[in-house]
Amino acid sequence: MTTTIVHDAVDTALGIEPGSYLDKLRNRRPTTRENAQASHEALFNPEDDSEVTRTERHALAAFIARLHGDTALASLHREGLLASDSGPATGTALADAIDQAATAGATSGPYGHYREEGPLQGENTPGLRYVVPTPLAAELGPRLTAALEHAHLLVFRPREASPEALATLHRAGWSTDAIVTLSQLVAFLAFQLRVAAGLRVLSDVQGQTSTHDKATTTTGENHS
Amino acid sequence: MSETILTYPGHDHPAVFTQAELDWHPWLAPPTEEDLTERQHAGLVDKGRAKSPYFRLLARDPDILAARTRTDKDIFYNAKDGLPRAERELAAAATSRINGCIFCASVHARFATHYSGRGEDIDTLLAKGAQADLGGRWNAIVDASAALAATPSQFSAAHVGALRAEGLDDDAVSDVIHGAAFFNWANRLMLSLGEPELPSAA
Repeated sequence: MTTTIVHDAVDTALGIEPGSYLDKLRNRRPTTRENAQASHEALFNPEDDSEVTRTERHALAAFIARLHGDTALASLHREGLLASDSGPATGTALADAIDQAATAGATSGPYGHYREEGPLQGENTPGLRYVVPTPLAAELGPRLTAALEHAHLLVFRPREASPEALATLHRAGWSTDAIVTLSQLVAFLAFQLRVAAGLRVLSDVQGQTSTHDKATTTTGENHS
Repeated sequence: MSETILTYPGHDHPAVFTQAELDWHPWLAPPTEEDLTERQHAGLVDKGRAKSPYFRLLARDPDILAARTRTDKDIFYNAKDGLPRAERELAAAATSRINGCIFCASVHARFATHYSGRGEDIDTLLAKGAQADLGGRWNAIVDASAALAATPSQFSAAHVGALRAEGLDDDAVSDVIHGAAFFNWANRLMLSLGEPELPSAA
């Protein structure tokens, strides 16, 4: 798997090869490409992981990627989780518990109730207010359980975010610094997973176009 | 002390989406300007951002803030080709409207109005959301933004086809994707770490 070419997380998840359509398209905006990856590194290969451990970061990310239906990025974080944990048995059990927690949280958004009184109340839409199932919560512990529930809130019903939700994180042992990191992690993934989803669609569309191009020029010789 | 939640019971909260200038107040204590460390200053990228409680709060994790800021600036300000500035702001405003971020929507609605001169259409977007009829090209951008705001994403080949039919090239379509995607990041921070306020003059 290891090659001399450095693939970033999106390249890895999408199987983007150097010189391919998506590689060239992404290189049209090199600063975006580099800093999106720098964001990924800042969150998953942090200089300081004392407030939020690498295991917690990858566990949350695997959960969030699954909620977005992105099995490739979920796998990447499952691997990160297994590599970060002290013991393989603990890591595997945790990764499996995360998968189960994500399965229980699967839904589609955004939905929720506006906090604002007035006309926006007419746009309220019902949906799952996720609670980690009890046996899994026992396995994950109160700190990770609270983080998964907060992540689910931010992923699916960001309009319902509240100071009370932050107080819940404090009570579960999340410091103010840790909440900032946790919030960035969930919010960054909302970006990265959409970039990945969008690029996948572009690649599919392009693939169909190039297949079509090839089909119309099959009588021609190979110029290269 | 740093575990305190800040609340603002006396504040006048905006009840609808608006192009008016709003304030934003954090629920978690940001470092004061004087307390910012060198690393935190580096995370802010622009010195001027030290005035903002939002960016000072995010400076509690300076590395991700710095990378995020550089991503943001390139997606929105690097307009030498691809999607015009006005339409990047349209994607940002539409995404914010759909996710329910009144503060983000107000800022980027104003930018979209500024760059496009189409303030009434932006008002329609704020009033009606993704259902607003803003003409073919803007509708295609808003529809794509709405599909990308969904979790899981509903963005499809049909959205790409609609954007291309309105004259967007690959760079511009990629800019729509990145602009809309980025606001799914921004909205979640601004919605979950603080709240907007109508300035008393409004």
